[in-house]
Amino acid sequence: MSATELWRRSAARNAAEVRAGAVKAADVVESGWEGPARIWEADVHAVVHEDGPARAAGARAAGSGALAGVPVLVKDNLCTTDYPTTCGSRILAGWRSPYDATVIRRLREAGAVVAGKGNMDEFAMGSSTEFSCYGPTRNPYDLNRVPGGSSGGPAAAVAYGLVSLALGSDTGGSVRQPAAFCGVFGLKPTYGRLSRYGLVAFGSSLDQVGIFARHAGDIALAYSALAGPDRFDATTRLDPAPDVSGWAQGVKGLRFGWPQNLWKAGVASEVVEGLEQAASWLEKAGATRVTFDFLPGEYAVATYYLVATAEASSNLARFDGVRYGFRHPDTPDVRALYTRTRSAGFGPEVQRRFLLGTYALSAGYYDAYYLTAQKARTRIRREYQEAFARCDLMLMPAAPTTAFRLGEKTEDPLEMYLSDIFTIGANLAGIPGLTVPVGIGKGGLPLAVQLLGPEDGEGALLRAGRAVEVRGEIQRLEASHESEFAWPTRR
Amino acid sequence: MSISREEVERIAELARLEIPEDRMERMRAELSAVLEFVATLNRLDLAGCEISTFAPADAPLREDEPDGRRLDPARATAGAPEAEDGFFLVPPIVENLEP
Repeated sequence: MSATELWRRSAARNAAEVRAGAVKAADVVESGWEGPARIWEADVHAVVHEDGPARAAGARAAGSGALAGVPVLVKDNLCTTDYPTTCGSRILAGWRSPYDATVIRRLREAGAVVAGKGNMDEFAMGSSTEFSCYGPTRNPYDLNRVPGGSSGGPAAAVAYGLVSLALGSDTGGSVRQPAAFCGVFGLKPTYGRLSRYGLVAFGSSLDQVGIFARHAGDIALAYSALAGPDRFDATTRLDPAPDVSGWAQGVKGLRFGWPQNLWKAGVASEVVEGLEQAASWLEKAGATRVTFDFLPGEYAVATYYLVATAEASSNLARFDGVRYGFRHPDTPDVRALYTRTRSAGFGPEVQRRFLLGTYALSAGYYDAYYLTAQKARTRIRREYQEAFARCDLMLMPAAPTTAFRLGEKTEDPLEMYLSDIFTIGANLAGIPGLTVPVGIGKGGLPLAVQLLGPEDGEGALLRAGRAVEVRGEIQRLEASHESEFAWPTRR
Repeated sequence: MSISREEVERIAELARLEIPEDRMERMRAELSAVLEFVATLNRLDLAGCEISTFAPADAPLREDEPDGRRLDPARATAGAPEAEDGFFLVPPIVENLEP
């Protein structure tokens, strides 16, 4: 394979060859920019901050760790010293963090290179990457469709080949839903397994940093490098993170839950076909299906849009024109400084959520909304605990549809919120979830499923994800003698 | 549940946001629709459900020792819209009062 084709490989393979001295880190890092980015990036718009000299400096410092020389696109809400961190928002225009997020630090310590910053919905509030001050990202499988969101840039970049690994954040599905729309793997870890230090806070009790890759093994590799306690994040778990090195061990004896009442209505038939496909592959590989009914997702969505907006309205009070980024030019007094800066600096979706969260927390409404939502969260968490007494993981849709059209849901906030109906529960319960691509559907768009596990169930999720990946590869090989990742083609 | 225009104005004030007149009615309608949707929670049986917390229950305090990392005022204020000598600059907060 010539140096210019290195982008096609897995992160694990490139890291092994960089360590062995067979290829140069700089060649691995640049191959994505010289190859696929020239074909795709102008139209897909996955990247919002890039910097050739910063990449070159990263490649020179790459060392010989587990991710030696592997380029990683990171979402624009993860603090990096070598690129701006703007959360897709005007209010942080041009801002640079004086420190690296813990996950960025661990990436660098493992030899990885930050390849740039990925596009996102403003402050991670959205499900389509259309609410970015830099304009939307498009889905590489169909440029008229969204990549999902809010981590749409990182997901799309992994799908078209710019990078083999990317980091996003997942507060209600912002890694798993775009991974599904773009046909890549996307892991939301157990709450407290990846440090949130340096991840710009949205909903602190829900936020987790997540990982995108084209292969289950690369997710395991990155997870092992990043997970674990951090003295700068008091919510990280103190015991060692789950060992995921057995990701290729197969699924013999594993029981997967099949909560089929959830997709009786309102779920696209293609999505159900993808679920059936994944289930039959898991059964062929030796897993057992356990059918049961589960709490409908509407309750999770309702709970989430109170808890998340309440936490956001509090967390984002810090953006007031004093310490970071943008300040309104006309500010006669402090009150005007706050109000004018925030009104001009935040986009409409973020403002809508502030109002909702402020309302839920305000005097007279706190018990009816916020407290009720907190109790509902406990109920939802129990539902998952009961389900995981009967199975090792649950098979679910990642989203009710495949990638939708640009503009299709921007006019109806509730409709957009409901596209997270299958992902939100995991954030409320603090459990891990993994999106697993199943193949390309009849309409040419990626099909994917979601696996949910109990707390610290990452190992089983990756084993099952790998089992589905292997069956997909066999099917592609039989169909076209093409066992590689199902790359998008221009159309 | 429907929310009134006055309530939207009140919470906008609390959130330090200005809703322009031409967006007010739409914002009111959108918030009303979302609040109506979240009322589905009233159908959920919450008997015996207390509030969940997610921080580790046994989280120990760390040793209060410097670790060599330091954010000096110049770097801390470098990203601010207006700063001087390591301080953030803001408009006057307190009126000049006669002593």
